[in-house]
Amino acid sequence: MTCKELEKRAAANADLIKVRRIIREQAEELAKNTGYRKQVLVCGGTGCTSSHSLQVIEQLEKSFKELGIDDVLIVKTGCFGLCALGPIMIVYPEGAFYSQMTPEHAKTVAEKHLVKGGQIVKELLFKGTVAENGEVLPFSEIPFYKHQMRIALRNCGVIAAEDINEAIAAGDYQALKKALFEMTPDEVIAEVKASGLRGRGGAGFPTGLKWQFTKEAQGDVKYVCCNADEGDPGAFMDRSVLEGDPHTVIEAMAIAGYAVGAHEGYIYVRAEYPIAVERLKIAISQAREIGLLGKNILGSGFDFDVFVRLGAGAFVCGEETALMTSIEGHRGEPRPRPPFSAQCGLFSKPTVLNNVETWANISPILLNGAKWYASIGTEKSKGTKVFALGGKINNVGLVEVPMGTKLSTIIYEIGGGIPHGKKFKAAQTGGPSGGCIPAKYIDIEMDFDNLISIGSMMGSGGLIVMDEDTCMVDIAKFYLEFTADESCGKCTPCRIGTKRMLELLTKITEGNGEMEDLDKIKEIAEHMKSSSLCALGQSAPNPILSTLAHFEDEYIEHIRDKHCPAGVCKSLMNYYIDPAKCRGCTLCARNCPAGAISGAVKSAHEIDVKKCIKCGQCIAHCKFGAIEKR
Amino acid sequence: MANMSFEGTKEQEDRLRAAINTHRGERGCLMPVLHEAQEIYGYLPSEVQTIIAEELGIPLAEVYGVATFYSRFTLNPKGKHRISVCLGTACYVKGSDKVLAEVEKELHITCGECTQDRLFSLDSCRCVGACGLAPVMVVDDEVYGKLTAGEVAGILAKYRD
Repeated sequence: MTCKELEKRAAANADLIKVRRIIREQAEELAKNTGYRKQVLVCGGTGCTSSHSLQVIEQLEKSFKELGIDDVLIVKTGCFGLCALGPIMIVYPEGAFYSQMTPEHAKTVAEKHLVKGGQIVKELLFKGTVAENGEVLPFSEIPFYKHQMRIALRNCGVIAAEDINEAIAAGDYQALKKALFEMTPDEVIAEVKASGLRGRGGAGFPTGLKWQFTKEAQGDVKYVCCNADEGDPGAFMDRSVLEGDPHTVIEAMAIAGYAVGAHEGYIYVRAEYPIAVERLKIAISQAREIGLLGKNILGSGFDFDVFVRLGAGAFVCGEETALMTSIEGHRGEPRPRPPFSAQCGLFSKPTVLNNVETWANISPILLNGAKWYASIGTEKSKGTKVFALGGKINNVGLVEVPMGTKLSTIIYEIGGGIPHGKKFKAAQTGGPSGGCIPAKYIDIEMDFDNLISIGSMMGSGGLIVMDEDTCMVDIAKFYLEFTADESCGKCTPCRIGTKRMLELLTKITEGNGEMEDLDKIKEIAEHMKSSSLCALGQSAPNPILSTLAHFEDEYIEHIRDKHCPAGVCKSLMNYYIDPAKCRGCTLCARNCPAGAISGAVKSAHEIDVKKCIKCGQCIAHCKFGAIEKR
Repeated sequence: MANMSFEGTKEQEDRLRAAINTHRGERGCLMPVLHEAQEIYGYLPSEVQTIIAEELGIPLAEVYGVATFYSRFTLNPKGKHRISVCLGTACYVKGSDKVLAEVEKELHITCGECTQDRLFSLDSCRCVGACGLAPVMVVDDEVYGKLTAGEVAGILAKYRD
């Protein structure tokens, strides 16, 4: 393929894509050029397919046949972000936003809306897009989308992810063309450096510097790697990029290859993401077929190809040296650094490794310029960040906001607040390596350095919201169970440290904790931070240290009062008799082996929690359901 | 290793050897071969690891080392229906531990085991990425979302016929 052919392909479908990006009146005008009266975009990402969006597509196809509709295009896209309301379906040029679709709903929409002269079916629209006076608002105006700025996710939910022609029409591969024909490798690196882009995988290392070190390293063979082993449980932005716009990753890897002098790239992706793997493989074969990967790309003389490698469920393989060891076919254990990957990485050759979201930012930076990118965000954290909102929040989903956006904006405006009117207790960021943000920091501006300053970290962008029903000791234990399980066992501080800390936490949650356990935890944590081989062990104590810093009273309550204020830790629950329900039959008192129940006949009984051994005999014998565990 | 006897067929072995041949010579080919072998047999018994070791010229100890390092590779056979309860953070804070406990109670097995009749095997996983549907349980390829412990028995019954 030549540059001219690329332009031709981009132009051929340009209007089709544009209809999905601009506001209604103009879109309606533009739609006339596309040959399609309407376009129906249905989310085919993991979230929506899990709630049966593919059956929605099948039903649409069936209804179209029955109704003789042949001028409406059905597009299976990647994630729209509002996963809580899936399956989601958007109809253009109106921009009508249907949520929680079922095949029956799809049939109704086809019959009433998609037929010629049809009208929007307001009752099936997402409620937030219908104003009180019945007017249908553009979905870009609802709070969930209004505060977002989509750069990495610009094409997710906009294009058919399995069609390279749509990707090209949406602008993919234009930055590669620009790099190959208008820029030297050094200029590419300078541009990425000037943009201020920092790695989105967790550590926040300046991307441009990484590229420069790899370019400067000695060696005739170099590699480009993509870390798509998204291991933080609760983060799913990398998956969504791969499902929604796989070509942007392939393109950016080729650009890096040109910049550092590499001709081969490896994408290491979780095997747990079958849709992402499938789309990635389709994208690579389509790119090879038309010559956007392979020899002499666009006639520039530059060769580059990309290969996919599947992970096999090891969290430590998200660490860069472990990831490379795994691609080499070994146990995914990390290596000591130095030497750094830029000098001695994959197959012992200089290697540049970036995370999926980082790659997704490269092409906009080259096309719009470093200055534009650096104008977004805060002083030391440029651009946008994608967060995976999860846990106790109404709008579970994927959001992309400028760096420095307040946590309160993300939770209350974009996220729609906490369900059932419960109180915000903390937000957890950075997954098993991160920490929690307590309610007093609800207005913190989210960027790399602010989060570190309060003992958490950005991590890959998982953001789990917790309400008053969440026990912070239990959550710390949950993460320690994870890291103890995932520790590869190579270095002692991590292997033994995670195990011992987990034992201490278990002891506390079971009501056997002593105050000095807290000192022991802190001491082990310090040793692990300073002497573990890789980031997994160095950061594994973070969830405990940050919950201890912000919720120490909760730990103390578990230890001293043997009480779990959130009512989560089972061993710490106490038995109570509801005086309103108790008839004073004395059955419980007679069956209590510990003599913990007192009370006169025909009046409400009481349990002495200090004597109670929690055997449950009283509940088993009570005929009035008057006894409960709290 | 697996306590149930190995019941591999000739057809499976032919497929395995063909898979090895397509990857032979690739750098770091052990992982892709193990993925394919598990796809073919459902698990990686010592007999299968031995074939891979001999064909690729890699010591059996190394094959075993890799097969046991990664949680996705399993040395035990799985049930006809594979249940996986997500214990990722988003699911956990929404109570997936209670769902898991209910499945264990219903099937009389603990996580990681297979029922006597080999009908069900139960595992936990860390995030299938369907956090919008938390808590989530996956049976074979079907995802059940927004679950409560009370719905478990009904779901399992569907697979018992």
